[in-house]
Amino acid sequence: MKKNFTFLLALSFLVIAMTGCNKGSKSGALKSGVAEKVYVAPGEHDKFYAFISGGFSGQLAVYGLPSGRLFKVIPVFSVDAEKAYGFNEETKPLLNTSHGFIPWDDAHHPDISQTNGELDGRWIFINGNNTPRIARISLKTFETAEILEIPNSAGNHSSCFVTENTEYVVAGTRFSVPIPQRDMPIKDYKGNFKGALSFISVDPKDGNMSIAFQILMPGFNYDLSHPGRNKSHGWFFFTTYNTEEANSLLEVNASQNDKDYIAAVNWKKAEEYIKAGKFKTMPANFAHNVYSETNHSATSTMEKEVKVLDPAECPGLVYFLPTPKSPHGCDVDPSGEYIVGSGKLAAALTVHSFTKILKAIEDKKFDGNAYGIPILKYDDIVAGVVEQPGLGPLHTEFDDKGNAYTTFFISSEVVKWKLGTWEVLDRKPCFYSVGHLMIPGGNSRKPFGKYLVAMNKITKDRYLPTGPEMCQSAQLYDISGDKMELLLDFPTIGEPHYAAGCPAELLEANSQKFYKLDENKHPYATKSEADTKVVREGNNVHVYMTMIRSHFSPDNIEGIKVGDKVFFHITNLEQDFDVPHGFGMIGAQNSELLIMPGQTETLVYEPKQVGVWPFYCTDFCSALHQEMQGYMRVSAPGSNVPLKWSLDGE
Amino acid sequence: MKKSKILMIVGSLLLLSLFIFPLWNISLEAPQYPIPLGMDIWVNKIADTHEGDLKNINLLNHYVGMKAIPEHMKEFDIFPYVIVIMSLMGIGFGFIGNKKLYLTWFIIMAVLGIMGMYDFYLWEYDYGHTLNPKAAIKIAGMAYQPPLFGTKQIANFTAISLPLTGAYLMFTGMFITLAAFFVARKEDKKAANQAGK
Repeated sequence: MKKNFTFLLALSFLVIAMTGCNKGSKSGALKSGVAEKVYVAPGEHDKFYAFISGGFSGQLAVYGLPSGRLFKVIPVFSVDAEKAYGFNEETKPLLNTSHGFIPWDDAHHPDISQTNGELDGRWIFINGNNTPRIARISLKTFETAEILEIPNSAGNHSSCFVTENTEYVVAGTRFSVPIPQRDMPIKDYKGNFKGALSFISVDPKDGNMSIAFQILMPGFNYDLSHPGRNKSHGWFFFTTYNTEEANSLLEVNASQNDKDYIAAVNWKKAEEYIKAGKFKTMPANFAHNVYSETNHSATSTMEKEVKVLDPAECPGLVYFLPTPKSPHGCDVDPSGEYIVGSGKLAAALTVHSFTKILKAIEDKKFDGNAYGIPILKYDDIVAGVVEQPGLGPLHTEFDDKGNAYTTFFISSEVVKWKLGTWEVLDRKPCFYSVGHLMIPGGNSRKPFGKYLVAMNKITKDRYLPTGPEMCQSAQLYDISGDKMELLLDFPTIGEPHYAAGCPAELLEANSQKFYKLDENKHPYATKSEADTKVVREGNNVHVYMTMIRSHFSPDNIEGIKVGDKVFFHITNLEQDFDVPHGFGMIGAQNSELLIMPGQTETLVYEPKQVGVWPFYCTDFCSALHQEMQGYMRVSAPGSNVPLKWSLDGE
Repeated sequence: MKKSKILMIVGSLLLLSLFIFPLWNISLEAPQYPIPLGMDIWVNKIADTHEGDLKNINLLNHYVGMKAIPEHMKEFDIFPYVIVIMSLMGIGFGFIGNKKLYLTWFIIMAVLGIMGMYDFYLWEYDYGHTLNPKAAIKIAGMAYQPPLFGTKQIANFTAISLPLTGAYLMFTGMFITLAAFFVARKEDKKAANQAGK
């Protein structure tokens, strides 16, 4: 007995000692050096920019890779009270549409401008899904520069991707609708509804967008699209689902056909048809909103017509590539040869060959047509099939070593496979239910195959819980080796729907530090304290105000009356990097203003109550920030208090 | 032409580089200013090192009651003439080719240089000591005079005062004129020796 006890005691010590040993050695992330791979020391910069859309937040967020740190949320389609976006007079026109001012949208697919098929870092485009729009964001100022509404479109989802030299940014419709819109029974959908694919030209000098033409396609749903590149430059590929043309219970009724199509559009041919006058000019009504960096203001213009092409009347313009089961992504590899169709309900990934497509077209080997559009034969155009890769393929991007990476929503994983041999090389789980993925430059001729970002739809237990609503989540993988390695989880704004990324050095040096006061052409700019004034025009009162550390000028204003509409036109006189000032006015049914150095912004305030009401600087600007304040005296309607303004009694 | 003459003319000509390059720089370093703020001092102006620096220096200095950096100083009217006259004089002396004139020129230049530095010191003293009594931030016994040469801690800023290209070229020019004097002396001795033979 005693012997047994001694043995047990010894065993316990051994177990304790071993456990102790385990605790002493490195484990998990530290053991494999993963932590070091995402650690960016204080003051150091990340190697890549990642622009991750906020999905239903309507915005675009800027992150650094590999750290996953969030740098900025660029307001695009949704108002942002923090930045006065959609609240100040300057940015309100950006959110104007044919339906009036719209404060929200669903922002999906950002894409960086390209030259010769490589990222050039001039602009990033993103689509508004709900009320169809395309935005252009300057990558110098990281601000929304232009928003163009897309007519004849609904659910602007197969958008917005650029061609090799940013000749076009392309926007396809998800919903088919009556074109032109009219009052008609929904049950008459089939054969009557149409889907518009819009080609928007981009001015190479200033980036200004205009709709070059639309192709009016059969009433399918157009899901995603990608440009041909390299050898397939001049073509654009759109996935379709609901080729059944169902108008109700689509989850069943649009999942019946064994194959849907990828629509291959020859846009060089479209240009020829446009030149030859084969288009119809359709009346339309859509907003074109442009923000001027010198006026610091946007204007909104309603455009009234659009050129449309009917593919049935334009032979050679569009071909259908049969692709299994409601394909989502259609992704083109860096060489332009392979078009990967991700049949989201299929068990395999289908890859079409561009060379075979051209041959089939040349040989006129068609398998009938749909609404006059020739359908190519599946067997003639398939380059290969990745068998049993996973469940629910969605999106594929590419590295610079001939590998492809596909996300699988249902099996919640990212799978690496080889172009040409179609063999699966590696798979790693995603937490959870991954949607799109991003490799910087992964949608161009020149991918940077170092990191892969997976954007997940479900978060559950990955972070500290925050009640029923959790943040959504992205994950970073190192793809430089043979096997992928999960490095990092990081939370995102809204739904991280889709992303574009580029090396930091492409943008870093061009990022604007401040706006030059000399170049400020805002009609209400005040460039020195000597020029500040208050001007009454009937019930409208214009306050020409300046701000500089640490005071407003003027900071005492009298002679305002209940019922007036006060326009605070405030110019930030600072000319230094990162010295914004804010402006908050008590009782203003409005946001704050956050004004960058050299910029002018306007806040409208309609005083409702008599009194002396303060305003103050909201951005901690200086040691005397708390002293940066002022008063506005509001008198009763009809009072004879004279209009007066001053700073330090002068 | 004699070597000494060429040296004297070249040395005097180098003075004119002050119209192409700034003379001096004072820069202010602090953690919030990873790119330091700076003023470049020329013979005829004080200018930004980086765009907006003077405006930003003035902005910060107003909190402690310092005056703005003057856009115009009487020195800016005088210095350019002094430089041009001294340069022409040096060239003239070079053509005359009298070594005593070379040395005289160097001494005048040295005296003017010292006077210039003293004048600079006086301005710095006034700039750092004449403070607005209504200043928001008052630190008892604190003066904000930048250093004449080298580094000095002023409140949260490290002020660094160093010569720039223009000054270096001027010093080089002066050194060359001094060299001209010694070379000329050597040449004269050689000539005397030859004459003696």
